[in-house]
Amino acid sequence: MIMKFLHKLASPPHFYRLVGRLIPWLGGLCLLLLLAGLYGGLVLAPADYQQGEGFRIIYVHVPSAWMSLFIYMVMAGAGAIGLIWRIKLAEVMTISSAPIGAAFTFLALVTGSLWGKPMWGTYWVWDARLTSELILLFLYLGIMALYGAIEDKRTASRAIAILALVGVVNIPIIHYSVEWWNTLHQGPTVTKFDKPSIHLSMLIPLLLMAVGFKLYYVVTLLMRARNELLVRERNSRWVAEMVTGK
Amino acid sequence: MNELSLTRALYALLKRDLLLAVRRRSELANPILFFVLITTLFPLGIGADAKLLQSIAPGIIWVAALLAALLSLDHLFRSDFEDGTLEQLLLSAHPVSLLVITKVLAHWLITGLPLLIVSPLLALLLGLPADMVGVLMLSLLLGTPVLSLIGAIGVALTVGLRRSGVILSLLVLPLYVPVLIFASNAVDTAMSGMPVTGQLAMLAALLVLSLTLAPLATAAALRMSLS
Amino acid sequence: MLQEKAEQIPSPILNVQGLSCERNDRLLFQHLDFELRPHQVLLVEGRNGSGKTSLLKILCGIRLADDGEVSWCGESIQRLGGEYTHQLAYVGHTDGIKLELSVAENLNMARAMGRPANVSIDTVLEQLKLSAHHDDMCRMLSAGQRRRVALGRLLITQAPLWILDEPFTSLDTQGVAFCEALIEQHITSGGMVVMTSHHAVNLDNQYVQRINLST
Repeated sequence: MIMKFLHKLASPPHFYRLVGRLIPWLGGLCLLLLLAGLYGGLVLAPADYQQGEGFRIIYVHVPSAWMSLFIYMVMAGAGAIGLIWRIKLAEVMTISSAPIGAAFTFLALVTGSLWGKPMWGTYWVWDARLTSELILLFLYLGIMALYGAIEDKRTASRAIAILALVGVVNIPIIHYSVEWWNTLHQGPTVTKFDKPSIHLSMLIPLLLMAVGFKLYYVVTLLMRARNELLVRERNSRWVAEMVTGK
Repeated sequence: MNELSLTRALYALLKRDLLLAVRRRSELANPILFFVLITTLFPLGIGADAKLLQSIAPGIIWVAALLAALLSLDHLFRSDFEDGTLEQLLLSAHPVSLLVITKVLAHWLITGLPLLIVSPLLALLLGLPADMVGVLMLSLLLGTPVLSLIGAIGVALTVGLRRSGVILSLLVLPLYVPVLIFASNAVDTAMSGMPVTGQLAMLAALLVLSLTLAPLATAAALRMSLS
Repeated sequence: MLQEKAEQIPSPILNVQGLSCERNDRLLFQHLDFELRPHQVLLVEGRNGSGKTSLLKILCGIRLADDGEVSWCGESIQRLGGEYTHQLAYVGHTDGIKLELSVAENLNMARAMGRPANVSIDTVLEQLKLSAHHDDMCRMLSAGQRRRVALGRLLITQAPLWILDEPFTSLDTQGVAFCEALIEQHITSGGMVVMTSHHAVNLDNQYVQRINLST
């Protein structure tokens, strides 16, 4: 029963139509969350007693950094599903995630270095997290370059799925080794839920932003996946029927 | 005699690859030349201050080794792909991942081991203390096979492409970061007189991990490239 | 003891069901069904680009079908893996031989990788009319002679299923006749062959099954 439902959901024409209806709602919700988060973060939250107003960039930086890793995990998961069960939709999700993940990684890097200017007095410091993030960006670019270079897109999907899985095994190792190489950055403040070291009025907007970013990812992913499906299925009957309006 | 024999197959493959390398020769010499050339460029670029050179020698030698390994990677599967022998390997009755390990071993003997052998010379050129050479060679012994194993995945993914050079480096170099960090740091730490068993143990762990996982990924990637 | 074992093994059979294949988002063929039993040749026909090579690669298990299944003795070839591949010998577009190795070295390599047949290299070379080139590098040989070395793989290993992609390429008239005789001998002794060919194939019709991918 569940398998049957999943199978139907994974069929390209069904997915295309269903998601087309979902996108406006998810997009609206995402916009609301982001606006609330930004208002809370930029206006309501008090300035940090150490970092002043400059700390407010974390409302973009921290969620982007979370997303950059999260999307890579999703990509590897979708890649594995595509590799094992050869589900077209999973393949489409894998490649559609890559540019979004790369964009978040880039955003995390830029905001990180902007935050660094007042903190460290320079835009770039070989700090462990920024360096890991930079390497993650290379991993994303590698996936996009490989996909672009292989002509047959189903083959290309298998290639990037393998690469993403190799990357997932390596990310913790890279992260650990870079961390070990340089232990300068301030320790993680938000994940310590048992002993919150950041004030609630700062934390709530941050979590709102995090959920908003996640929804933004979902919306853009679904939009990209729809486009990718259309391109890949351009020779199939359902696309022809939809385009000619039958 | 008429039965399948895995050891005979692996031995034949190893012998074949070594024989081919001997017959082509340039494959043997190129990585060493490259390794030495890159290393000599550094003093020319940053000046011959002996103290400075000595302090960055581990990094230089390891970056040069990384690039030399990268340069030689393409030989691993390229010619086999072009003449169709790679297809035959995949269609043999033996596990592809074991064949991959054998090919990587042959490739390491041809391109990695020579780096190990010339490294004392480079250490001398950069003024590395003589008692550090042992640690340097040990780090190369543990690290360069990892480079070959991880590199094999990258080559397997790109062997079907006409221009694979840039993509290959984009795929492989980020994955080389941990090896670079632990290996150059091992030599660095040894120079300041501290024990380096931790770093070497990490390198050994990386070697074991890549030895178990990389051949599987490589085999899957080869199948992808040949379809 | 051996005979008992032979009886247990079901007669080999290659079964293809609902096979579809896409390349560059274009459907090459779909819903392909056929069956191949001992003493049979399957001739795959079709225009250039109709997916003949892709079909052969799917049958080898190198390429994955986009839909459908290939099974050997009732078991999916993906699941069988090496157990299936050692039952087959493949000669593709490329010869699959190393030009920097001698003829004998190439055949030795082929023998080591598959299940060796009960013949010596010299006998095979004699059959291939390459005895004079035993120690010559394959680089020195003509295209037709290299093709013969590639075909030598069929003789030096014992595989019930031969998959041949344009085996006659660059062979002269004698070579083609030799290759046809080879195929015929393989079939009469209980083997199976899947092949493509642009040339007319001179084989007894009772063995031949045809499948056209262009229609």
